[in-house]
Amino acid sequence: MQLTNIAKFILLRTMKFTILLFAVIALSFTLVSFSPVDPVQSYLGAEMMVVSEEQKEEIAEHFGVNEPKYKQFFNWMKMFLQGDLGTSLLYRQDVFSIIQEKFLASFALMAISWAVSGIFGYGLGVIAGMNKGTIIDRAIKFYCFTLASTPTFWIAILLLIVFSLWLGLYPIGLGTPIGMLAEEVTLLDRLKHILLPALTLSIIGVSNIALHTRQKVVEILDAEFIRFARAKGEEGILLFARHGFRNTLFPAISVHFTSFGELFGGVILAEQVFSYPGLGQAIVQAGLNSDVPLLLGIVVFSAFFVFVGNLLADLLYYIIYLRMKNGEMI
Amino acid sequence: MKSTFQMDSQNTIHRKRLLLKIIGLLFFFFIFVLSGFLIGEEQIEANLSEKNLSPSLVHLFGTDWLGRDMFMRTLKGLNLSFQVGLLASSISAVLALTLSLLASKSRLLDYIVTILIDLFLSIPHLVALILIAFVLGGGIKGIVVGIALTHWPTLTRVLRAEIMQIKSAEYVQLSKKLGKSRMWIVKHHFIPHLIPQLFVGFVLLFPHAILHESAITFLGFGLSPEQPAIGIILSESMKYLSTGMWWLVLFPGISLIAMVAIFDALGNNLRKFINRE
Repeated sequence: MQLTNIAKFILLRTMKFTILLFAVIALSFTLVSFSPVDPVQSYLGAEMMVVSEEQKEEIAEHFGVNEPKYKQFFNWMKMFLQGDLGTSLLYRQDVFSIIQEKFLASFALMAISWAVSGIFGYGLGVIAGMNKGTIIDRAIKFYCFTLASTPTFWIAILLLIVFSLWLGLYPIGLGTPIGMLAEEVTLLDRLKHILLPALTLSIIGVSNIALHTRQKVVEILDAEFIRFARAKGEEGILLFARHGFRNTLFPAISVHFTSFGELFGGVILAEQVFSYPGLGQAIVQAGLNSDVPLLLGIVVFSAFFVFVGNLLADLLYYIIYLRMKNGEMI
Repeated sequence: MKSTFQMDSQNTIHRKRLLLKIIGLLFFFFIFVLSGFLIGEEQIEANLSEKNLSPSLVHLFGTDWLGRDMFMRTLKGLNLSFQVGLLASSISAVLALTLSLLASKSRLLDYIVTILIDLFLSIPHLVALILIAFVLGGGIKGIVVGIALTHWPTLTRVLRAEIMQIKSAEYVQLSKKLGKSRMWIVKHHFIPHLIPQLFVGFVLLFPHAILHESAITFLGFGLSPEQPAIGIILSESMKYLSTGMWWLVLFPGISLIAMVAIFDALGNNLRKFINRE
């Protein structure tokens, strides 16, 4: 019974998202079609001078650039539905496989920083909430509010200066050591290169979740059943572990899932500073070098990524709601 | 139990304190941002006899590889960020007001506005900014349009909820029964009620706008290299990192954080003041 409810919920959400995704695609496509960039010219690059007019005409014909805009859109849509996102002008490779490859690198980065910032943010939020009004609480709040006004790339540069330049502990950038064959790269090497960008994103990501958790903890500690437990003589960490932990953990995880959009934005900046070869660097390169197929592909993918985060967040809330309705414990 | 008189006087003290805070923040803001207007080109000119100096009393933030004074450049950059933020946030606020009023008109329009909000929230801000900056060919136009188009949804949500609330209020219903036109109700009931929210939302948009401006400029989509924006300063200093000129990165960054934090605090205190929390 519950499973069918959850399946229905997911299905409904996915259907709504499909419509939304279609709108995202239509909007991005319209935007891009207004761009002053000439597709034939950006395809040819420096060869522009050598290629004759007839050949240019043929290329335009081959791409379908001369066709009306709506027809171009339907062509692109048709290919998109078949899983073909076109060929990147920059990498001369299938866009889908580029996204796949780059996302793997970015995913490792995002997963680590998402988990680390989640754990630390939740911990800090609980500590602040338990000690509301004290100097510890104020310090944590100050830290979170300051971080909320801090540019991600600035933190990244600072970490680069301190750990790579001054201390010489970590490599300056890139995803793997320079001058090494792909097969020789060990897991340890990769880990070393991922550490600083992940640290950057973790430091930034703590703020939101910590403030949210603090608020929840303060609310819970004011509840009747906590006062009852206090009256029985329970206190401190034990009191929280018994009564507050489950009540605050799930909302916190849920909120953390909705931060996927910001995480994606942060990844773009962190990858740029550390020249980490992921999706973020790819979109910046695509934008700066007018690689329209790759740009569109990553825009669509980012929308999908944010959707997954929001779906997981809502799903968690929905499951909690179902269990509460049935009078079960969370 | 406190008497109402005591509660009232406590409330007044609280509000006075808030007002003092707001005035103090405004003061900081004026020093910070408006001093940039006083700085002319000659003060940030290259001076090769004074290049690569670390911070001192003469050059508070040090000088760069061309001998430009970093303190002056930073102030100029903050001023520029402020102008971009002002323009973009204003457009965003106007968009939010227009759309929220449109949404209150009919069910269908409300539905369309909600979909638009969902649509713009479904792409990460930075990705949308890159897309728009790419389409408009970068530069100040690309940034302003990009930030304006990505920042209205949250404010629109707030305003839409506000309108929904007062729509069912008695005095609005009464005006309706008295045969007042929709325009009259919008002008005399909705807008006066929305202005405080709109103003606070506008101030709170600022920090986001400035942070996104610096980020997109840092990535190379925004302002051109000859403009002393903070994003440009930081991305340029990255090239000189290995020479150990840490002051090129540290001070402009801290100044940017300070400005953003001042705006954030200003917005939050204004909200508390207006909502009588």
